[in-house]
Amino acid sequence: MPYIALPEGFPGIRSLFMYSPDTAKPLNDLVQTLLYDPTTSTLTPGERELIATYTSSLNECKYCANTHGAIARYQLDGDGDVVKGVIKDPATANISSKLKTLMNIAAKVQQSGRSVTPEDIDAARKQGATDKEIHDAVLIAATFCLFNRYVDGLGTWAPDDPAVYDAIGKQRASEGYLTKPFKIAQQ
Amino acid sequence: MPYIQLNENLPGITGLLDYRLDTALPIRQLTHILLRGESTLTEGERELIATVVSHGNECQFCTAAHTAAANAYLPDPSVAEQVKTDITTAAVSEKMKALLTIAKAVGKSGRLVTSEMVEAARKQGASDRELHDTVLIAALFSLYNRYVDGLASVTPNEPAFYDRLGSILQKKGYLPSEDRYAGLVQ
Repeated sequence: MPYIALPEGFPGIRSLFMYSPDTAKPLNDLVQTLLYDPTTSTLTPGERELIATYTSSLNECKYCANTHGAIARYQLDGDGDVVKGVIKDPATANISSKLKTLMNIAAKVQQSGRSVTPEDIDAARKQGATDKEIHDAVLIAATFCLFNRYVDGLGTWAPDDPAVYDAIGKQRASEGYLTKPFKIAQQ
Repeated sequence: MPYIQLNENLPGITGLLDYRLDTALPIRQLTHILLRGESTLTEGERELIATVVSHGNECQFCTAAHTAAANAYLPDPSVAEQVKTDITTAAVSEKMKALLTIAKAVGKSGRLVTSEMVEAARKQGASDRELHDTVLIAALFSLYNRYVDGLASVTPNEPAFYDRLGSILQKKGYLPSEDRYAGLVQ
């Protein structure tokens, strides 16, 4: 049961977006440019979604980890093994060496911004990461520390049915973040 | 030394928001709505939420900046210090104590908020909207604190810097504005 009265038929962040459209607008604009727009980063949308998924998984935010895991899978042409591998351990996942170092930075940011060390940054640079890519990895991890807290801090509904996350993942991977959420039958 | 190349005249969050403008705009808009928009919580109370969360996350830049912003609104500058030391004995309303307790929990993890904390806030008259805004402000500062420290942006030592920044945050709010940071670094 959510801690406040939220519109029925919308899980997780979607219920909060429906409850508070004023704050939903900048939050969706942020993820549209930070995660979805292919022209705003040299990291692919799939790579950026993997950082969002991993951060959400570390924060144990069931709704966000499942949703962004599904979006990442669609962005990565249906490869669910990469998503599972990243959640298990980015160091052994089937991703580039550069992305592994950015995942390490994201994990530090998830704990605290103060946990990131010059060595973490050097390791990323050695794998070819640019200033902008390091910036983007930090901001994506920080942004999901916002979303995960917003979603769980108000006790929103996190469905158990994988089909729900699959449908949301498919919608966001094809439409981006600026279209309306659809209603889901509440079990 | 920041981990990436930032404008040297823009310390802390100001240089990061200048580094990537397309992400800065929605972050600024969200902050302005939450901290300066219409609300049954005063600007000073909302700045105290930002202060408590930043302090819990040990982000020195954000803590000093929002302490200064809170003090720009609150008649008594010791209140911001009190909420950082101990929420339960601070000179704020019982409702604010309950909301600050929720905010502090959110700063650590959303999963730490309990129905008892929410119940306690409701007993002191907190509305759904106030609970929502408290959680979202705390979540937003959990972003800011990580952004600022995760890229090792510069934290000035000079207290007067934060007084100048607090005054900008009071007079201009959080939206982009021309010559916003003129005179900030002296």
